[in-house]
Amino acid sequence: MKTLRYRNIRDKVMESIIIISTVLVLLPLIIIIVHVVVHGISAINWEFFTEELGSPSRAIQGRPTGLVHTILGTVVVDFMALALAVPIGIGAGIMLSEYPDHVLNPTLRIMNDTLNGMPAILKGLFAFVLIVKPMGTFSGFAGAVALAFVMIPIIARTTESALMSIPWSLREAGLAIGLPRWRVVLSTVMPAAKTGLVTGILIGFARAAGEAAPLLFTSFGNNYLPNNWLGFIFEPVDTLPQRLYSLAISPYSEWHSMGWAAAIVLLLFVIVCFVGARLLTRKKFQTN
Amino acid sequence: MNESEKDASLKELIQKPTHAIYRWLGDRIFMTVVVLLGSAIIMLAFGMAWVLYGEGSQALREFGFFQFLSGRTWDPAVQLQFGTWPFLFGTLVTSIIALAISLFPAIAVAVVSAEYAPKWLSNIIDNLVQLIAAVPSVVIGIWGIFVLAPWMRDAVYMPIFMWADVNAPGLLPILGSPIGYGMTTATIVLSLMIIPYTTALTKDAIESVPKEQREAARALGATRWEVIRMAVLPYARGGILAGAILSLGRAIGETMAVAMLIGNKNTLPFSIFGAGATMPSVIVNEFREAVESLHLSSLMLIGFYLFILALVVNLAAAYITRKYSITAGKVV
Repeated sequence: MKTLRYRNIRDKVMESIIIISTVLVLLPLIIIIVHVVVHGISAINWEFFTEELGSPSRAIQGRPTGLVHTILGTVVVDFMALALAVPIGIGAGIMLSEYPDHVLNPTLRIMNDTLNGMPAILKGLFAFVLIVKPMGTFSGFAGAVALAFVMIPIIARTTESALMSIPWSLREAGLAIGLPRWRVVLSTVMPAAKTGLVTGILIGFARAAGEAAPLLFTSFGNNYLPNNWLGFIFEPVDTLPQRLYSLAISPYSEWHSMGWAAAIVLLLFVIVCFVGARLLTRKKFQTN
Repeated sequence: MNESEKDASLKELIQKPTHAIYRWLGDRIFMTVVVLLGSAIIMLAFGMAWVLYGEGSQALREFGFFQFLSGRTWDPAVQLQFGTWPFLFGTLVTSIIALAISLFPAIAVAVVSAEYAPKWLSNIIDNLVQLIAAVPSVVIGIWGIFVLAPWMRDAVYMPIFMWADVNAPGLLPILGSPIGYGMTTATIVLSLMIIPYTTALTKDAIESVPKEQREAARALGATRWEVIRMAVLPYARGGILAGAILSLGRAIGETMAVAMLIGNKNTLPFSIFGAGATMPSVIVNEFREAVESLHLSSLMLIGFYLFILALVVNLAAAYITRKYSITAGKVV
């Protein structure tokens, strides 16, 4: 039998090991954020938001360059992806939660999880074959489709759990006053689950907005602004994560610092979505 | 029967059919739309496998399923000979080692958050851990390129390399050139990135351990650690296992940070510090430059193999999650 003293010491030792491990996990995150903020802030300036990138010589000669085309491209591609993903994701979520007995549901659930677990790069290859090959050109639309593939399974899953969290009595009340089932879903269950739905969409959006791999083969990248706004849809388009990657692996130190600036914009955007989703969930728990 | 009564029943007669259409047809249409949208996801998943297989079929015919899997040459320039073994090897080694490194810290974070920390601190820890999953992998990649890799080269790789150069020259080929970008750097970054998945599922599982279980152990005079070790962790092992497998799946599929840090070398043998490659990283690096259709097809076939690998890992995680009935994944 081990002595009490030994056991108490072991208790303290394990406690410190566990706490140190936790700090070791969280420390790199803090370091990364601090580095991105420090490098990014010194690299960011007004031109960053007003000029297009152009050729490398432009940055080397010190002429004003920026990523305005990238930021606009990101907004267009991301929201196009959202418009494609939300109906499918919400629809699948409704199917899983409101028609629990449907024969396709077990398959749907497995396939949705499979799709969610698939590396994003494969979704890029899929969108390449589906859109880029028939169209014959890389395009913002293809990028949006690839990002929609990233968003769909996340939105479907969060929608399902948001709708499931609404008590059945609410649906029964709706049916009891004579509402048809579709009205019950659309006018009572979905409004009640609104916060959950928005949270899910935010999470999916933030996740997709940070993905670069699927965009490399679909929206490809572009150093210049398109001639008109249709160019954001039908021509190769720059997006922040993919541009960040190209800048970081480029051989020019001027582009490296622009990469840091892109990193801080991207990180800020993702953190805003993340915090937004957090605040929404917290509010939901408070009202309950 | 007076006029007004007649009117009312007539009205009812007229209204009833429209009402039924509103109910019956509305329900039908709604359900059809919803089921169509749901089936779209099923079709997407099958379509992905089908497309990757179809596009890779040229390489599959050329080399055969197992020969492509075990082929050691990847030469898109001269011989047009393709084999995926170096990349499969790179993927498995980096992911499994990353999982091994991250497993204990990931569980530790979950234990601290669930058992040790007060409510407010545990909230902060949870949010920070999930933030790790939310940080885009290109952002971690750029940090790795400009901060971590140079630091690792100067502080870790060079001293070890110098030491080996003097004392154990036999080790040098195993260590590889200490340029900073290579297997070890990529694995370290990977191990950080996959922690949130294990932590989330482990914490879920720990929180579902019944209070009585803990109280019983305390009543027997167990110390805090003994309660965790004997009463909590064994009970939560299903969640830990599922989380670990989910993390492995993420590590296998992680693309950008690895592609930016692993150094990209297409031929075996890989060395500890030296450059390597993984299946996603080779796709990222070569797909945009591939001109030969056989090269393109081989990259697609790697994608198909990656699909199978990710599918197996995810199904295993799903099976364990269901078996131990864990409330799956706060992290999405």
